[in-house]
Amino acid sequence: MTAIEAITVSVQEGDFDVAGLQASLLAGRSEEGAVATFTGYVRRANNWREVHTLELEHYPGMTQGCIREIAVQASARWPLLAVAVVHRVGKLLPGDRIVWVGVAAGHREAAFSACEFIMDYLKTRAPFWKKETGPEGSRWVAGRQLDDERAARWCSDSSS
Amino acid sequence: MVRVLFFARVREDLACGSLELPWPGAGYDLDTLQEQLCRERGQAWRDVLQQENLIRAVNQVVMVSNCPVADGDEVAFFPPVTGG
Repeated sequence: MTAIEAITVSVQEGDFDVAGLQASLLAGRSEEGAVATFTGYVRRANNWREVHTLELEHYPGMTQGCIREIAVQASARWPLLAVAVVHRVGKLLPGDRIVWVGVAAGHREAAFSACEFIMDYLKTRAPFWKKETGPEGSRWVAGRQLDDERAARWCSDSSS
Repeated sequence: MVRVLFFARVREDLACGSLELPWPGAGYDLDTLQEQLCRERGQAWRDVLQQENLIRAVNQVVMVSNCPVADGDEVAFFPPVTGG
């Protein structure tokens, strides 16, 4: 296992600056050959239901620890230089940024794979819950089978 | 004392975000704590805490089976997660 140099986790109410996050991921580094990033946004409609607002609840403390653990697992699978994850909580609107994952590595394969792994695990492990409000009222978003399947495939994947 | 937390739909359905239970002593475990809440707080709590997809955590670690609960532990009950 290669020791990862930097893991940064932030759970916050405020918006984030993608360019600034990528710059800080690389700050003080010179050996990276690849950075893969993912930005998730609040959809305007979910399962054909119009979304007016999205409220994100989390389990303070466990959330940060869980994301950090996912980043550590990723760094045990791929040679990574740095990982940063930002996840927003509180009230969000359609089109708002909700999550950002950045991975710096020596080569693109590790960066791409680790970024996807972190998102798949974050969606199925980290204690966040979404509540949508639309024209018909509010409802808690149900977990998706597809997300579980996407996360599970890393367990049987020997390519890394 | 054992601190018990509830999140998201579980918190709303119980109209309770957290509570504290006296720690009864050695041998106390997660199943016992859960059954105690169902028994002492009535059918509405039983309905919520017996939902099949309920997730349980002790000291911020998800537990897939029963485990000991010690004095000062933090226990949480919540629905499947939907972040990202």
